[in-house]
Amino acid sequence: MSVYLDNAATTKPCEEAVKAAVDAMTVNFGNPSSLHRAGLDAQLCMDKARKIIAGTVGVQEECLYFTSGATESNNLALRGIAAAYGRRKKKIVISSVEHASVDETASALEKEGFTIVRVAPREDGRFYAADFADACDEDTCLVSMMYVNNETGYIMPVREAFSLIRRKFPDIITHSDCVQAYMKLPVRAKALGADLISLSSHKIHGVKGVGALYIKKGVRVVPVITGGKQEKGIRSGTESVPLIAAFGAAAEKLSKTIDERYERLTELKSYLLGRLSGLDGITVNSPEDASPYILNISVTGKRSEIMLHFLESCGVYVSSGSACSKGQQSGVLGQFGITGERADGAVRISMSAETTEAELDILADALAEGIEKVRGK
Amino acid sequence: MKEIILVKYGEMALKGLNKKTFEDMLVKNIKRRIKPLGRFQLTSAQSTTYIEPLDDDIDLEEVVDRVGKIFGIAALCRACVCEKDFEDITAKSMDYLDDILSRAKTFKVTAKRADKAFPMKSPEICMELGGKLLEKFSHLKVDVKEPEVTVTVEIRDTNAYVHAENIKGAGGLPVGSSGKALLLLSGGIDSPVAGWMMAKRGIHIAAIHYVSPPYTSDRAQLKVEQLCQKLTPYCGGIAFYCVPFTEIQEAIKDNCPEEFFTIIMRRLMMEIAQRIAAKDNCLALITGESVGQVASQTMAAMACTDAVCRIPVLRPCVGMDKTEIIEIARKIDTFETSIQPYEDCCTVFTPRHPKVRPQLADIEKAQNSFDFEPLIEKAVAGTEMKTFNVED
Repeated sequence: MSVYLDNAATTKPCEEAVKAAVDAMTVNFGNPSSLHRAGLDAQLCMDKARKIIAGTVGVQEECLYFTSGATESNNLALRGIAAAYGRRKKKIVISSVEHASVDETASALEKEGFTIVRVAPREDGRFYAADFADACDEDTCLVSMMYVNNETGYIMPVREAFSLIRRKFPDIITHSDCVQAYMKLPVRAKALGADLISLSSHKIHGVKGVGALYIKKGVRVVPVITGGKQEKGIRSGTESVPLIAAFGAAAEKLSKTIDERYERLTELKSYLLGRLSGLDGITVNSPEDASPYILNISVTGKRSEIMLHFLESCGVYVSSGSACSKGQQSGVLGQFGITGERADGAVRISMSAETTEAELDILADALAEGIEKVRGK
Repeated sequence: MKEIILVKYGEMALKGLNKKTFEDMLVKNIKRRIKPLGRFQLTSAQSTTYIEPLDDDIDLEEVVDRVGKIFGIAALCRACVCEKDFEDITAKSMDYLDDILSRAKTFKVTAKRADKAFPMKSPEICMELGGKLLEKFSHLKVDVKEPEVTVTVEIRDTNAYVHAENIKGAGGLPVGSSGKALLLLSGGIDSPVAGWMMAKRGIHIAAIHYVSPPYTSDRAQLKVEQLCQKLTPYCGGIAFYCVPFTEIQEAIKDNCPEEFFTIIMRRLMMEIAQRIAAKDNCLALITGESVGQVASQTMAAMACTDAVCRIPVLRPCVGMDKTEIIEIARKIDTFETSIQPYEDCCTVFTPRHPKVRPQLADIEKAQNSFDFEPLIEKAVAGTEMKTFNVED
């Protein structure tokens, strides 16, 4: 039996999602753009998912565009806004701890002549809304801030920052990568003050290969992919109806239990912290008020990759840093003031509502064994 | 700080003895629309309805958005509730208006003292509060002619209210106050706008649509259903009648001269619509016609279609240009749906050269050459009804 504690990397698709995908592959397999009934049925299937997901973030369904995943959503948000508004306004403000799909896209835009300002946390390891507002000026076209950091679970002051920015510069477009927040915290476009929101399906027990971008009405986004003008021209390419249907099914299921799961995860996290406090050489890297779904710790003197594989041998799956970077040492932890040995030994434990205390016991026991057995450097 | 929404009536405020009927209808319409957002207390006095949220987590912006679409309202605003005490009014104003006054350059204060027992008179309130606000927001200048921000203080019976932003309401009369009418909804740009305009005059809308499979598709019907749905935030619930029209259109094609196709089709549509209208207590028909837009919308053509009508045909777009109609369609968010390119029954069997100035006698003669009555009865009998309600 394996203990899967890498839910920030991906989650296991729920039964509802799998069933929806299978139905869309076996029954509603038409091309949603076809004029005949098979096409219409596929479109209706997609419309249903669109409506559910739009409802979960409190937006109109026609403002939600499906993409191949949050990486594409983030690319579309940054590049699309840069192309639409960047002729005169050449500055983009992001946080220094964004996911690579924002950070690297920003770097690429930098080569195309944009100025990128990366707002870092202050010395206390925390981000301040005012720092984002101060980084903005008349030349800024876009501010992009993730809601929950994928490595530490840190909750960014998105709402406060966007509201300050809106007050000073009402024309700046605001984007939030809400991948690690969606279905874990309430994500409402209006409450966040976000003009654009990126979502992913496979982090919420949907299937990999689909995500969405919310674009507020009136905000112009120049498409990155051109072609048959699907998704109202914002994202050409035949829509993946099965994956979209699965996304909708997962969102519908999870949207009913956000508060309840949050409470349960808070309990799980404190249980885990209790178990870990009994072990030598463990430092907690996630701040106390972080998302309870993610706990980043360091095992002093043990390299995280080795610890990861040791835990794996005990049947426990965790991650070192962010799974997307395939084990590369993370610059993000450094931003939060976690450097040197501590960063080398960082392990990310990410839970889901299916995680049990018994599983956390297995993890804690395995960690204890690892601390004992794994040699230092 | 407690915030409420003030709803100021439109022209119904001018009504006489039956004002209460209009008011009740408006309050009912408001209640129905905001109910899904939480618990509210609604009270009405002096041509204003006060919407007071009873739950803490209510999204007032959403309330304003929804109420802003309801007909019968001239203006609405979010206001801060104060004690009827100048100190409290001053303190709360400074806090509540912080955002808007920080951004503004010029302002003025107006006061409405409905409760004459309040010790300060209106000009006094304006001067004193204006002075206090200037002390705190020293960058501001007073401009009584064209201020960027007008701070309004209302001293009412139980409380005082402070607000600074009036939001324009949808105007018109409460939906339902003028009875019901049946809208001929084609799927084009004009008919939803026509429905919206008549709903604005207090008319409760039902809609009728004609389908001609296989000449028209499911998608075309779906599009019209979407339009119905889009109208519900303004018009309330809509009964949607879908008439099977293929046999009639084929009979027209087989039995009538081509140049009269459209006129005869429209006469038959009107005939069916009236029969449905009678069943659903609709007192009039509504169309999106505009004089001269197409051949069937000339005055001569309208005379020929009206000749079969026993109830009034309301044509609110009749004097509007396409651009004006489109402007409204965009505003009420039906435009993008209307321009989806599916065939509708009006474009089936379109004559190459329709008669621009048809003579009623010619049309009647052509139509009488075939007995449409059994087909009309069949179409009415086969009509299906669906109801669209505002989505929560």
